[in-house]
Amino acid sequence: MYDIQKYFSAHSIAEALDLLREYPGAIIVAGGTDIMVHLRQRKLRDAVLIGIREIPELNGIHLHEDRSIVIGAGTCFDTIYQDTLINRYIPILAEAANQVGSPQIRHVATIGGNLCNGAVSADSAPSLLAMDVKLEFRSKESTRILPISEFYIGPGKTALQSDHELLTAIIIPQENYENWNGCYLKFGQRNAMEISTLGCAAAVKLEKDKTHLVALNLAFGVAAAKPVRCPRLESSVVGMAADDMLWQKIHTEVLSELNPRDSWRASRELREQLIRTLSVRAVKKAIERAGGKKNGL
Amino acid sequence: MGFKEINFILNGKPVTTTFSEGESLTDILRNLGMTSVKKGCEAGECGACTVLLDGKSINSCIYLADWVEGHDILTLEGVRAKDGSLHPIQQAFIDEAAIQCGFCTPGLILTGVELCNSGKKYTREELRERVSGHLCRCTGYENIINALDKVIGVNS
Repeated sequence: MYDIQKYFSAHSIAEALDLLREYPGAIIVAGGTDIMVHLRQRKLRDAVLIGIREIPELNGIHLHEDRSIVIGAGTCFDTIYQDTLINRYIPILAEAANQVGSPQIRHVATIGGNLCNGAVSADSAPSLLAMDVKLEFRSKESTRILPISEFYIGPGKTALQSDHELLTAIIIPQENYENWNGCYLKFGQRNAMEISTLGCAAAVKLEKDKTHLVALNLAFGVAAAKPVRCPRLESSVVGMAADDMLWQKIHTEVLSELNPRDSWRASRELREQLIRTLSVRAVKKAIERAGGKKNGL
Repeated sequence: MGFKEINFILNGKPVTTTFSEGESLTDILRNLGMTSVKKGCEAGECGACTVLLDGKSINSCIYLADWVEGHDILTLEGVRAKDGSLHPIQQAFIDEAAIQCGFCTPGLILTGVELCNSGKKYTREELRERVSGHLCRCTGYENIINALDKVIGVNS
């Protein structure tokens, strides 16, 4: 028995926003795979829950007229993993979606929930950061769009104004996926049903000759207090060739913008080692997928 | 604490039942006599409470009873054919001695039925991945994979 005072099922975004206004302190629940566990652990008590799983417009993946790909915040990870558009244009996201929890969890857990939960270990966060996606929030008064780089504001804290707004969609503009290739690597103590010890996503764009970098986006989960990118390293490798110099530079410099911590899951030292190793591995794999010339791979 | 009414399809038959605010799908299924649905970790990790919702495996322990309205639920009690014969996955679990204490078995068989219904064939590596949401405390994984391999493996 969960300690739930009242559960409401919203059937439209407007109804969910009305309920949020009417019940201050109410919690939005989509798949519930995190919230139910928090309730079971008594981290949440006497909760008023507003369910958003019956809102059709939050569910699904669409290609818009401007060629941006829009993922409804209530779309579950299994749907993302199987989706034709995602596999064709943003395979790095399918790769991340398939590493969340277990098959049973992926049938229920949603990408919006994964973000709004604010966890530094969220499996979708590094890939979405590396793709520099935009997030759409709706409130009674307005719709606002925020780049994901401004979404995580501190440990467990996000820019979601949870008292009056909903995360409704994840938007990937065409220029953010076209000619980009990526790779997400997750390290855990076991391969399944595991919270990430370290997650690393690399997205690359190569010159036409397939030997030099036009751009690199490198993002991490559990490498700092919140999911982060490495902007200084990213801008310093623009134009470099995909060879040993590049791997060496990433290996040497990647830690300067990160601040991994000690936890019961892993020591800071192990996380530093993982960051150096996985970042080089993810960048190599992303370059390989971009058709990069094998020299030095 | 209010009572709510809910309607859904359980093992092919429509049911109407009442439940209290805060009950999980595991709770109401066990109250309806579906005791194959086990309470293991109750945190969505062990898979002992797995049921098929509209044909897809879910952890019923972290699934609110409210969410099942209008949906189709299959538990182990509904897996046998109408004439009482065992499902090929059930028979394979017997033939391959894929059961020790039996606590994880109902959930694993339901995941097996889900994979069976997909019409696909799976490599042993894929099968390991597909059952990764189930824990067998007896550690009888090898025989479990053998049983699944026999029915839905690439060489079956």
